[in-house]
Amino acid sequence: MDRIYMDNAATTAVHPAVLEKMLPYFTACYGNASSIHSTGRDARKALEEARRQVAAALNCKPQEVYFTSGGTEADNWALKGTAFSHRAKGNHIITSAIEHHAILHTCEWLEKQGFEITYLPVDEYGMVNPADVEAAIKDSTILISIMAANNEIGTIQPIAEIGQIARAHKVLFHTDAVQAIGAIPIDVQAIGCDMLSLSAHKFHGPKGVGVLFVRQGVRLDNLLHGGAQERARRATTENVAGIVGLGAAIEMATANMQEKNARISALRDQLIDALTQIPYVRLNGHRTQRLPGNVNVSVRFVEGEALLLRLDLAGVAGSSGSACTSGSLDPSHVLLAIGLPHEIAHGSLRLSLSDTSTQEEVDYVLSTLPGIIDDLRSMSPLYNDFMEAQK
Amino acid sequence: MYSEKVMDHFSNPRNVGEIENADGVGTVGNAKCGDIMRIYLKVDDNGVISEVKFKTFGCGAAIATSSMATEMIKGKTLKEALALTNAAVAEALDGLPPVKMHCSLLAEEAVKAAVEDYMKKHPEAVI
Repeated sequence: MDRIYMDNAATTAVHPAVLEKMLPYFTACYGNASSIHSTGRDARKALEEARRQVAAALNCKPQEVYFTSGGTEADNWALKGTAFSHRAKGNHIITSAIEHHAILHTCEWLEKQGFEITYLPVDEYGMVNPADVEAAIKDSTILISIMAANNEIGTIQPIAEIGQIARAHKVLFHTDAVQAIGAIPIDVQAIGCDMLSLSAHKFHGPKGVGVLFVRQGVRLDNLLHGGAQERARRATTENVAGIVGLGAAIEMATANMQEKNARISALRDQLIDALTQIPYVRLNGHRTQRLPGNVNVSVRFVEGEALLLRLDLAGVAGSSGSACTSGSLDPSHVLLAIGLPHEIAHGSLRLSLSDTSTQEEVDYVLSTLPGIIDDLRSMSPLYNDFMEAQK
Repeated sequence: MYSEKVMDHFSNPRNVGEIENADGVGTVGNAKCGDIMRIYLKVDDNGVISEVKFKTFGCGAAIATSSMATEMIKGKTLKEALALTNAAVAEALDGLPPVKMHCSLLAEEAVKAAVEDYMKKHPEAVI
């Protein structure tokens, strides 16, 4: 059997049709989109076509779409750009405890620059309460940034409600929609957000390219200074091939979304139902307000990295929020924020599906994983002691 | 990121299990940090470790270092077991990533804890 890739929340394969659209822009149409000659104008045309594709997917104007180097840059730009351009009005930003590090670490940096950040807690399912957002707003609040859906546990946030609150209080609202594009309907008018980040490689586009949607009229300091690209708001010669890939990928990702996601969430539910049948395995995140491709469970008495390595040896790629995989001594901040004790957070396993996932893959994982869990538990002193205590 | 030896000891760990009525048992680490190692010893009349088993909750490196450490003290005297260092365990595994060196330290400590437990239960023993 081929290797099974269930780490689509980390990154996805570039769709062959997307790659095909990109290729000419490396060789034949290599122009600089700022050049006046026809080689440059061809690149410019491709760039503007991609901008139109993104605008159509998000339901915004093409001139509100700014290409970036990815989700991280888009998040950095939204936060730092807003913070510094609205300093005269206030220094307070509201976000949540479960944001991606691109948001959280940017917020921590902003704190060092004198900004005040409120990190809202979430409930046991990883949901931000819109009432908490409203209660946190004060006169000095200049920005609210809450993700559309969580990358680790897949919880879909009530961003349209938060958008309404932000509007009512005349506070700017940014959402990190990196995991949400192609997974749930994202319409910036319905959400009422002023800024939105997305990244191509999460929906079968290439790595190294993303978008920050900035609603017309929103003031934002530049992050990159230099040339006059992106209407003088984001310098750097455009990554034309990447941007063409992003445009093609977002068009595909948002077409037939309902049908596609019905199939993916059915596979997800099989995994969730079968895995949570195993004793002392719990689902992390919300059961229904959940990204169609996200499975995240905590397997008690085993450690996540060991689980991943054993799965990898069996040909399955997944991920974990254990400390050993996070590169720090603490397990994932998201799992701790939903109230998991450290030892249970260490045993987390995320399997994330995409369009390319199949029933056969799910069947194989379900035939392999329970044995791996048994095996690791049989060598776990925690399991040993727990079972002894049960007697 | 792991050497072939680490992967070998992780995927086919030696000496997994427990010893009933073990002569010495040592448990180190804590679940909060994500690593617990427990080593069981059987010691013969000559002070030689005749049997050793382990149980470990932890990452790939934690399991591999437990496996290697138990291999390294099997058939050795208690004195030799006490002399086992984490560097020796790591070296025997063809090295560990820097962030995983604490796993080898845990293995050394688990061996020491098991020998100390034996000494406590057998105050007459001389090392």
